[in-house]
Amino acid sequence: MTTLRAGWIITQRDLAHWVRQPWGPIFGLMFSIMLLLVFGFLFGGAINVPGGGDYIAYLLPGMMALSMLFGVESTATAMGNDARKGITDRFRAMPIGSASVALGRVGADMANSTVELLVMLVGGLAVGWRITGDAVAAALAVLLLLLLRFSMLWIGIFIGLRFRGEGATSAVQVLVWPIGFLSTAIVSAETMPGWLGAIAAWNPLSATATAARELFGNPTGVTGGVLADHAVLLAVAWPVLLTVIFAPLSARAYRRLRA
Amino acid sequence: MDTLLAEGLRKRYGDLDALDGFDLHVPAGVIHGLLGPNGAGKTTAVKALTTLIDLDSGVARVAGFDVRTQAGQVRASIGLVGQNPAVDEILGGRQNLVMFGRLYGLSKAAARARADELLDVFGLTGAAERAVSTYSGGMRRRLDIAAGLVLTPAVLFLDEPTTGLDPRARNEVWTSIRETAARGTTVLLTTQYLDEADQLASEISVMNHGRVIAEGSPEALKRKIGGDRVTVTLHGPLDEAARALGGTVDEETRTITVEVTEGLAAIVRTLDALDASIEDLQLRRPTLDEVFLTLTEKEPVT
Repeated sequence: MTTLRAGWIITQRDLAHWVRQPWGPIFGLMFSIMLLLVFGFLFGGAINVPGGGDYIAYLLPGMMALSMLFGVESTATAMGNDARKGITDRFRAMPIGSASVALGRVGADMANSTVELLVMLVGGLAVGWRITGDAVAAALAVLLLLLLRFSMLWIGIFIGLRFRGEGATSAVQVLVWPIGFLSTAIVSAETMPGWLGAIAAWNPLSATATAARELFGNPTGVTGGVLADHAVLLAVAWPVLLTVIFAPLSARAYRRLRA
Repeated sequence: MDTLLAEGLRKRYGDLDALDGFDLHVPAGVIHGLLGPNGAGKTTAVKALTTLIDLDSGVARVAGFDVRTQAGQVRASIGLVGQNPAVDEILGGRQNLVMFGRLYGLSKAAARARADELLDVFGLTGAAERAVSTYSGGMRRRLDIAAGLVLTPAVLFLDEPTTGLDPRARNEVWTSIRETAARGTTVLLTTQYLDEADQLASEISVMNHGRVIAEGSPEALKRKIGGDRVTVTLHGPLDEAARALGGTVDEETRTITVEVTEGLAAIVRTLDALDASIEDLQLRRPTLDEVFLTLTEKEPVT
């Protein structure tokens, strides 16, 4: 049994969950669409994009990045539940590679997030968002968004394995909000007080959101600074850095189940 | 050669010696009971033998393989049924078994065939497609055990498989365990219940504070810890009867509790001779508390 094959079998388990209980992922999607509508139409009229441009065009890539960040929750929850219920122990007592469990999670969550992105793309187009860049750039934007999700996966796996409890899950559920809002996902950093804007600009989420805006050909709301010049580079560097930190931490947390 | 062998296992968690010189020898094909109270180290012993935790010291071999250096081979030879049913609640019973079968390296078709076989053996065919969350406690446990048997393992580890089950479900699980052993799988069963070990195991190791404090067949252990207890409710000379029987009196309920040493008939004859009329008589096994009291009293204080 190769680790890859075992990982794929564990991924299939999660995909089978969708078929059995489709309401979980459907509510997740509806939540994303609701946020989109709330910000796009309820608050959007009062929001100006620095440097000009339509707010819906500005918002869509930000919402996509935000939903990639929120993915950390579902990863941590699923991982923690399996560890607590003994399912992880059952896998660990089987003759499969030790990376299989994490790989299974990666496969399932990346599939889930890809579907979520596609729904937001279609939903965005339906409310008037447009891709004005070329197709290759747009595809690159999608890849960068998925790269952010990939790095969130390792943070989620680490938290799930390390803390294994309802408490950690609740903490993640609460913390993603300030982390999500303290970025350029929904409003431009340039409309914030200077010090707050600086923090928001350095949020990894802002890098991905700004890069996706550039690549989709949407207004970025950034008129100067590092983010304006190197958004794509930062959108690659941040997730890679997070992965380099949290993938080994996840592996260590998995090994420490043996302690 | 022993199918399960543990010598001098030690595992320390902070200040607690979860395993403190744990020894175990189990020959092939038997059900071996590991009996002990909460916190005795039963689960730690199972985790050590199933390669889930690292040992501080000691040697453990399962089906001939060293748990430290041959973990992969050990894992390919065992089934583990942990304290909580570790099956996917959203999936159906059949889906669970097929998934575990495929993880053990069976092809899709072989995994399906094996799943159907196990569902049949464990009486779950009718519920095969239903989500496990709709199963009763007993059904869930049986599926859990079935999942541990996908591979037809050399050794099956069952960690308190009937804790929290009602008597009927417990009987179902007992039957499954007996059938498993009858098909040649060696079973290590941990339990807090003396009667469960008595019912199922051919040999019992009694565990406390991380090590085995007594070992033997249920009969031998019961001889060691004293026989069954009988509680009689009397009309008549309570104190006199208690003296004659060598038992303890409860004035309020008018009962005498006596250890049965020479059979019930002898007790009844003694009471008859005293002209005491028996209102109620209950025979019971020594409780685990009594077993531990007896055994730990005999153990030198360290």
